[in-house]
Amino acid sequence: MSPELGRFALALACVFALAQAILPLRGARKRDRRLMALAPGLAVGQLLALVAAFACLVNAAVTDDFSVANIVENSAVSKPLLYKITGVWGNHEGSILLWALILGICGAAVAGFGRNLPSALRARVIAVLGGVAAGFELFCLTTSDPFDRVWPAPLDGQGMNPLLQDPGLAFHPPVLYTGYVGFAVPFAFAIAALIEGRVDAAWGRWVRPWAVAAWSFLTLGIAMGSWWSYYVLGWGGYWFWDPVENASLIPWLSGTALMHSAIVVEKREALKIWTVLLAIGTFSFSLSGTFLVRSGILNSVHAFAQDPARGIFILALLGVVIGGSLVLFAWRAPSLTTGGLFAPVSREGALVLNNVLLCSLCAVVLTGTMYPPFMSLLFGKTISVGKPFFDAATIPLAIPLFIFMGFGPMLPWKRAQLWPVMKRLWAAALATLVAFAVSLFGLSGVLPILCATAAVWVIGSSVTDIAGRIALFKAPLAQSFQRARNLPRAVFGTAMAHAGVGVTVLGLAAMSQAQHRIVEVHVGQTEHMAGYDWTLTGVKMAPGPNYMAMEGTIEIRRHGHLVTVMHPSKRSFNAQNQTTTDVAIHTNGLSDLYGVIGDKHGTDADPTYVLRLHYNPLAPWMWFGALIMAFGGALSLSDRRMRVGAPRRAPLAGTVAAQ
Amino acid sequence: MSDEQQRNNVTRRRLMMGLPLVGAGVCGVAFWKMLSGMQTGAFNPHDINAPVTGRPVPDFTLVDQPPGTGFAAADLRTLKSPVLINFFASWCIPCIAEMQALLDLQKQVPIWGVAYKDKPENAAGLLKHAGNPYARIGSDREGRVAIDWGVSGVPESFLIAPGGLIVWHSAAGLDNEDVRTSLNAALTKVAR
Amino acid sequence: MRSLARLRCVLPLLAVLLVAAPMAALAVDDPAEMLPDPREEARAEAIGAQLRCLVCQNESIEDSSAGLARDLRKVVREHVAKGESDRQIIDWMVARYGNFIRLSPPITISTLLLWGMPLLALLVGVIAALRVFRRRSTPESAPLSEEERARLDEVRRDA
Repeated sequence: MSPELGRFALALACVFALAQAILPLRGARKRDRRLMALAPGLAVGQLLALVAAFACLVNAAVTDDFSVANIVENSAVSKPLLYKITGVWGNHEGSILLWALILGICGAAVAGFGRNLPSALRARVIAVLGGVAAGFELFCLTTSDPFDRVWPAPLDGQGMNPLLQDPGLAFHPPVLYTGYVGFAVPFAFAIAALIEGRVDAAWGRWVRPWAVAAWSFLTLGIAMGSWWSYYVLGWGGYWFWDPVENASLIPWLSGTALMHSAIVVEKREALKIWTVLLAIGTFSFSLSGTFLVRSGILNSVHAFAQDPARGIFILALLGVVIGGSLVLFAWRAPSLTTGGLFAPVSREGALVLNNVLLCSLCAVVLTGTMYPPFMSLLFGKTISVGKPFFDAATIPLAIPLFIFMGFGPMLPWKRAQLWPVMKRLWAAALATLVAFAVSLFGLSGVLPILCATAAVWVIGSSVTDIAGRIALFKAPLAQSFQRARNLPRAVFGTAMAHAGVGVTVLGLAAMSQAQHRIVEVHVGQTEHMAGYDWTLTGVKMAPGPNYMAMEGTIEIRRHGHLVTVMHPSKRSFNAQNQTTTDVAIHTNGLSDLYGVIGDKHGTDADPTYVLRLHYNPLAPWMWFGALIMAFGGALSLSDRRMRVGAPRRAPLAGTVAAQ
Repeated sequence: MSDEQQRNNVTRRRLMMGLPLVGAGVCGVAFWKMLSGMQTGAFNPHDINAPVTGRPVPDFTLVDQPPGTGFAAADLRTLKSPVLINFFASWCIPCIAEMQALLDLQKQVPIWGVAYKDKPENAAGLLKHAGNPYARIGSDREGRVAIDWGVSGVPESFLIAPGGLIVWHSAAGLDNEDVRTSLNAALTKVAR
Repeated sequence: MRSLARLRCVLPLLAVLLVAAPMAALAVDDPAEMLPDPREEARAEAIGAQLRCLVCQNESIEDSSAGLARDLRKVVREHVAKGESDRQIIDWMVARYGNFIRLSPPITISTLLLWGMPLLALLVGVIAALRVFRRRSTPESAPLSEEERARLDEVRRDA
């Protein structure tokens, strides 16, 4: 398990990936079954080699092998075992290796689950994934080698930023990367379809589960990142509109659009070219977002140590992957057939509208993120684009999206009438009206009121949809239950995911009403905020394994009854000469009580402490909604139609093969 | 539909399908320019570019920072020859790093220092230790004068032309070759 | 010429982060800097939320614990206490630090594309969608062949 073995395994994986990129593609072209049949084996071989390489790096981290530069820079003997393992992907080199590993898993997954695909299509999809993987592995080997040795080896490493030593953050990158990299599969399907010159209903059905899976992971990954910043950074915020966050939001928006437009391809054989473009675009955004952030072009703290060679290599890789696929698109897409009758008021019409709004949102976030560097490059002017802009520009686009989300899933395909659907939604409409009245009374600000109302509408219509389909309260309960069992899981999945969006938005709207107060108090002093009495009852010094903590005790009472006792603390890490705040959060599901302890003022005989107290209504709902969304995605994936019912493709006769 | 119409349609379709490529190409070229600009220093995404050059110096008064004497806006407005204003602090590593460059530079142009958010004894200690390049030194204990100058961090330097006009500004250390070159160019221009 | 790796001292030297959220997070602030009048304090916070902390990332000065952000917070509160308008205070800041300090850039010719993007994107999208509806409702392609029809049926049955 030496680092050299790891590097060798990585090189082997790269060779496998190159073979995987070339041989099956050639086989598909020459209709050579033997060459095509190599694809799954090569994909699995590449994965095994990557697993070996990754294991070597983990081994080096766990055994404190300080002859490896990457371990010296990011680990230390005193670091807990968990963070030694997760620290492997907490740096540039390791994260690229993880990225390649996940790409390898995707390739092997297509090899494993794609048995019902036509052999040529499967060979091409796996080949494209192999090509992308080869690029990353070359990048890893040439400019970001995680196995580089140092001589002489130091006795101890430089340690890891204490803020990163957190379970939430430790598992955030793998989930997020699985989301990003997962979109490589729809991308590969799009490229394969362009090579074949054929997109049809079957293609739509094959792409959809991969898009749903990637989307679910991306949703979870974004939520985890936001949750981490909420409970670690300690100022009650959860989203900064930082370029790094936008880089994950942009593919999420386009990926959401992709997931929906693929349905239209499947059911109506329409929007084919658009869906192919979205598949290419989503993966391109995933790639370029993360790497632009790392190159330091976007003004973000997350930029890794800048190495010009790296930047150029990344740009070249992006050029080959994105540029190459768009050249292919420009060349082949015009020959793809279009078809299907379209009526504006219909399920497909609603899905088109969904795509228009999601892509507009995507364009706004993209423009806002990229505007400062472009302004600086073109006009030499420096500007900032932050929260006030994004709030003002995105919310007015999001609200119509929420409104149409309510109608969409209830409209029948082809030709629909609005009125019958509206009648079925009367319960949701009633709930929305009540919500509007309540928020008029309880919330301040126009946008929060509109968002909260729209959120209730989304949740209400999702529930009404399911209730209507199973004839709840209209038929005997047993019969409703039977209907529910027969209802496809994908229908439940859709309703859940939509309701999840509603829950998140409700949380966001309520959080705009959060209250906070900064106070300086003596021990024993009570502050009143948001209907609670917050009393600092004591402060003590508590030594930790590699830090010293000042821990406060805050008793929170409501009408004299003790609600909770919380222990926020402030940790000073000697090794890094850094302090972190350890937030105390008490949640009851409806609101968070959030306490932070700060500086000690006054004399030692009569000390005072600065406290920051937050009351965050519905805060947990923001992340809970994301969980529901991801669960909805998983539920859709478990639908047997997604897995086994995939249609067999008809023989090519009649359709236009590429020129 | 006539043949010509159909052909027009096909051409338009082809052009449309090429649009994403064109867009990506433009972005690619821009990113390449940014990356290469970042290497030469021509492009810096972290630059604030405070709009100070070409303006008269703001109103301010600075108290003495031993071993030097403080100064005020009026002193700069009545100048007969250019002066370099340099914001520094003893707690700032790049400031200490540029001290040698300042000591060399003071032979060319007088440098007036501003100790930014620094304890007087610490600033004095630094100058005793590293040498004193400053003709006059004022203390900006609260950092409020710095805000009027558009200073976002230390070190930061301004070239003041006779009459009190800010003609050149850099937020980078003067130990940087490129920064000194551009300062020299500004100095020659003022001298002319 | 404008600075190579510009090491700014005010920026706490933080290890570089991989994911999510900027650093230099808010430690607890000094309550002494808050204005006594809650309405004025709320106005100061609203103005502060529009101003970018110059030495950190996309954080506003209200959210940052950097020293300069704290100074600027104080300045904002002084000006609010003097009874200046929001506009005057933001202009004061822009005069010193340029438009970089505004988290929401002013609408000028050069930011027209930025501010116009929501409308532009929506317009392009709606026009494209209308074309799709119009084109598709007049069948221009040849009628389906037997095989295609069979496949379509198969697909629909599965759905």
